[in-house]
Amino acid sequence: MNGLDTTLAALADPTRRAILARLAKGEATVTQLCAPFAISQPAISRHLRVLEEAGLIARRVDGQRRPCRLAPDALADLDAYLAMLKKGMERSYDRLDQLLAAAPSRKERP
Amino acid sequence: MSKLSLRTEGDTVVVVTRRFAAPPAEVFRAHTEPALLQQWCLGPDGWTMPVCVCDARPGGQMRYEWTNADGGGFYLTGEFLEVEAPHRIVHVERMFLPDRTPDNRVETTFAPDGDGTLLTMRMQLPDAATRTMMLSTGMEHGMEIGYQRLEARWAR
Repeated sequence: MNGLDTTLAALADPTRRAILARLAKGEATVTQLCAPFAISQPAISRHLRVLEEAGLIARRVDGQRRPCRLAPDALADLDAYLAMLKKGMERSYDRLDQLLAAAPSRKERP
Repeated sequence: MSKLSLRTEGDTVVVVTRRFAAPPAEVFRAHTEPALLQQWCLGPDGWTMPVCVCDARPGGQMRYEWTNADGGGFYLTGEFLEVEAPHRIVHVERMFLPDRTPDNRVETTFAPDGDGTLLTMRMQLPDAATRTMMLSTGMEHGMEIGYQRLEARWAR
């Protein structure tokens, strides 16, 4: 899988998106991440592993704990995709302008 | 012609607006007739849409497939929920890149604006986190770099 596929697969789960939304506010431990969710710590840890493998989060060692934070370049691939969408949209609409200008009813305009 | 504008509403909505110098009926037609969509809805230069299914009625399906000369490609599928010609369309869509992106509910309105049309697309993302990520940098900043990088990836 390429980077974008991995990113999208990791984002395809609502719990993982919620974890990322929490981490967007700052670093958190697994225990802190578990608190808002009605699922077990091992389940959260599995989600964290998927996010880590997708490069979306980074973890550091702090004694017994391994706090998580958003990886700085986490969303570069997704950003690239969305940037492409907007740029593509602009190009499409420029083309639509031309198409509309060429439509028969347009030619009647002064 | 007016530039595309993009803004957010609430936690999960992205709104795109664009003005066109043609009446709503024509802009609506260009959004619903496959032969017209295939002429303009192509994104960056170099892409074509060999497959365009657009059954613009409630319950109708859409499927757009894009390809480029380098053999790159991706597609979009969707379902029409509401169609009120020539002023309003509501549909749900997702991309396959090839992995499926989260569903995006899109309300498109075509409002008279002088002798032209104001197109408004309200995109409802599944949750705040998804939208935050959508907007984190890509849609507003650093577009050129991302565009080139992604195009290179799709070209492989």
